[in-house]
Amino acid sequence: MKAGGFILRYGVLCILFVFALMNPGAIIAQTLQKGGQLPSIVLPIPKSAEEKAYLGLSGSGTFKIPQIKADVVLVEIFSMYCPYCQKDAPGINELYDLIQKNPDLRDKIKVIGIGAGNSTFEVETFKKTFNVSFPLFPDQDYVIHQACGEVRTPYFIGVKIQKDKSHQIFLSQQGGFPGAPSFFEQILKESGLK
Amino acid sequence: MKNSAGRIVFVIAMLIALASSARSQTISDAYKGNIYQPGKLKPTDSVLKVRIGDQAPDFSLPSVTGEKVSLHQYRDKKNVVLSFVPAAWTPVCSDQWPGYNIIKGVFDEHESVLLGITVDNIPTLFAWTNQMGQLWFPVLSDFWPHGGVAAKYGILRSDGVTERALFVIDKNGILRYIDVHDINKRPPLENLVRELEKIGK
Repeated sequence: MKAGGFILRYGVLCILFVFALMNPGAIIAQTLQKGGQLPSIVLPIPKSAEEKAYLGLSGSGTFKIPQIKADVVLVEIFSMYCPYCQKDAPGINELYDLIQKNPDLRDKIKVIGIGAGNSTFEVETFKKTFNVSFPLFPDQDYVIHQACGEVRTPYFIGVKIQKDKSHQIFLSQQGGFPGAPSFFEQILKESGLK
Repeated sequence: MKNSAGRIVFVIAMLIALASSARSQTISDAYKGNIYQPGKLKPTDSVLKVRIGDQAPDFSLPSVTGEKVSLHQYRDKKNVVLSFVPAAWTPVCSDQWPGYNIIKGVFDEHESVLLGITVDNIPTLFAWTNQMGQLWFPVLSDFWPHGGVAAKYGILRSDGVTERALFVIDKNGILRYIDVHDINKRPPLENLVRELEKIGK
């Protein structure tokens, strides 16, 4: 009887675990939930002095998103191969420009992109094709994409960073980019910056 | 002893989970929920019939836009890249051609054209490629006789779809590069660009 209970208990746990892994939606609900925290995302410190300065980083090695010198970070999970990411690229550039042109907000909001399944070459191709000015990072082996629950692209994550470097997700959105001005307003409102 | 059955179940579940997580791939939101998940497939399942240095087998196939496209029409004019993808509405295929769609300049620079080919019929290809935006390159249907061109090149799999394969053919019609890729993975863009640079010299 005891053995049967043990098998049942472990069996149910195992089935739930497998189900979660095979159903990314179930994972998204846990990992990218508003009010929750980011999964483990480790990125290389950019080599470019300009990008380092933009993110407020120094040296070499790796960093985590809450280390970025900002109150709010918008992360776009994209792919060079994704038609909607390509279509939205000019609009995301416009959003970046809106932020940069606002003297009160340019140091408070930073934008980065993570190329799911994209090599460095592919990310650079995207950056060059669409004249992207903010930092883009490759995720060639899908490590970050998997940690984020294998979301469809583009996926937008808004992260609020506190002074003590703790953080909280305030925006978690699959696609649906509404245009730069609307998205800017949405970020300001949902992050509490406005 | 009483825990052994539970442990076995646990280990099997972990193995299934690892196998499942190892096949990560991106899917663009452009396709909504319409991408069929075939699961992990045998990496390759055919015997190649051509080699680098061979004359590329000629063909004429119907394109999504209506006209017939033949390999020989590019002879002495353009280098040709053939991109065979296994099937419409599947994960890796749907996120391959949209990448080539933003590097037309690279193809132009190296006097090359791209021909996308699958064994799907024209209506299916029409609906599928419409989700990719406006493609600059012809998309050809090797539907009937089913997989005839793929069979000539030796990349028709036993289940009737093609391998995920790239062929680079120079202006003389000679095969200069062949990549019969693991069907579960997208060939890195840099490999193709490197070959275009070589052939364009």
